[in-house]
Formats: sequence, structure tokens, C-alpha cells
Amino acid sequence: MRGGDETAFAELVDRWGPSLLRLARAYVPSRAVAEEVVQDTWVAVLRGIDGFEGRSSLRAWVFGILVNQARSQGRRERRSLPFAALLRRGGEGDEPAVSPDRFQGRRGERPGWWASPPRRWEDPESHVEAAETRAALEGAIAALPRRQREALLLRDVLGVPSGEACTVLGLSEGNQRVLLHRARAKVRAALEAQAEAGMIR
Amino acid sequence: MTAPRELTCRELVELVTDYLEERMAPAERARFEEHLAACPGCQAYLEQLRVTVAALGRLPPERLTETVREDVLAAFRDWHAGR
Repeated sequence: MRGGDETAFAELVDRWGPSLLRLARAYVPSRAVAEEVVQDTWVAVLRGIDGFEGRSSLRAWVFGILVNQARSQGRRERRSLPFAALLRRGGEGDEPAVSPDRFQGRRGERPGWWASPPRRWEDPESHVEAAETRAALEGAIAALPRRQREALLLRDVLGVPSGEACTVLGLSEGNQRVLLHRARAKVRAALEAQAEAGMIR
Repeated sequence: MTAPRELTCRELVELVTDYLEERMAPAERARFEEHLAACPGCQAYLEQLRVTVAALGRLPPERLTETVREDVLAAFRDWHAGR
């Protein structure tokens, strides 16, 4: 790429483009603006490539540039947004994976055990790819606080390994795991709600 | 030393990510699995979480629009020419 091989560069653009776009949309709501962020990222990659020392993988470095670009673009956009979007940033404190009222209280037969346990989903494989599931997932992802959304996107949607995701986001393994834990718990709850509503069989 | 108290469901659901990420000490893992073996509710919870992660991994990718892709490649040519 440094040598000016356009085919090699185009291959990277095509291979990482969808992931970068997905990640950019975690910060900026509009698809067009997300595409601009991806474009700006590649320009920044070209400007900075001579300074890339290979201390992280090239992918982690490129994704890290996108995260920085998207975060600042996201901040600019938020200034012009009403506060629904601001509210979404809340809720990053201590939060249980499952609502406490699903468990038996101190006077229950077995305190801390399920009062209303989750039910097995019949034939889970069949609904993994259902359109309703996708819509529920997209909605649940959009509703996550930003840091949880970043961790979930990198790890579970884009399949980036833990160490690399930490590099991209500038997180410790422990913090990343906490964010991922909360994010997964919320997305699961959204799918469960959908299943209970009879959308998933 | 007394045997550790058994886990409750409420505690187990907070440990599932450590479990799935294989970040548990052997003793903690044994305690986790002991509860799991005896608890259909937690088995269902863990399975739902696995399905959730699998479904997230299969969200369809989006491609850059062709004009943006062309702009990026043009930027590459400009950059190369200017070196």
C-alpha cells in the first residue's frame, strides 16, 4: 500500500468497508454521514501511513482512526440534535443484566433464584436469520449507550477478537468485558421480549 | 475451610460473560457449572445469550456506495502522485 499498489489498497477498502461503515453508524445516525466518516478515515490513513509502526495490527490501527473520526463527528452532530439522543448516553452506571423482579426476594422459597425464568426458544437457529430478529437487533443496538454499543459492534457484530477491540477502543480487557456484558444482556432482553410477544416461535 | 456457598441465579447471570469469554478461575467455573447443571432457567438464559451473540454475528453487511468508493480510490491516486 505504501508502495502505491492501488489493487492492494482497493482490496482493503472493500474488505473493511462494510465493517467500518457499520461502526461509523454507531455514532452518526445518517447513512450518508457515516459514509463520509469512512471516506475521511481512509484519507487519514493515507496521511498517517508513514507513521504507522506496526505496534498494533493494521486493522486495529485503521479501525482506531475511524473510531476517533466518528466520535468527533458524532459530537458535532449531537450539538444539533434534541435531547433524546443525549439521554441515550446515560445508563452507564451499575446495572443488572436481568431485572431484579425476575428473581425471588428474601422471603421467597429460594432467594435469588428465578421467579420467572426465561423460556427456551424453540428452534433458535430458525429465527437467528429472521427479518423480525434483525429488526429487533438493530433497534436494541441503537438503544445502547455509546460505549456498550462500540464494544458489542466490534466483538459480536464484526467479530473482532478481544485484544484488538481493546486496542481500537482504548479499553482494558476488564472494562471491555463489563461493557460487552451489559450490552449483550440488553440485546438478549430485547429478543426475549420479542419472543414473548409471539414474534419468534 | 468451608465449602463456598452455592451461586444463586441472580449471581450467575452476572457471570455469563466471564464464562463465555473463558475468564474464570477453575474453582469459580466449577461453581458456575454446578449451578447450571441443576437449573433449567439458567440453562435457558445461557442458551438465549448464545443465540443472541450468533444472531448479532449474522447481521448482513452494508457496502459503501460506489461513488464514495471511487472517491477513496481517487484520494489514493492523488496521495501516491504527491509522494
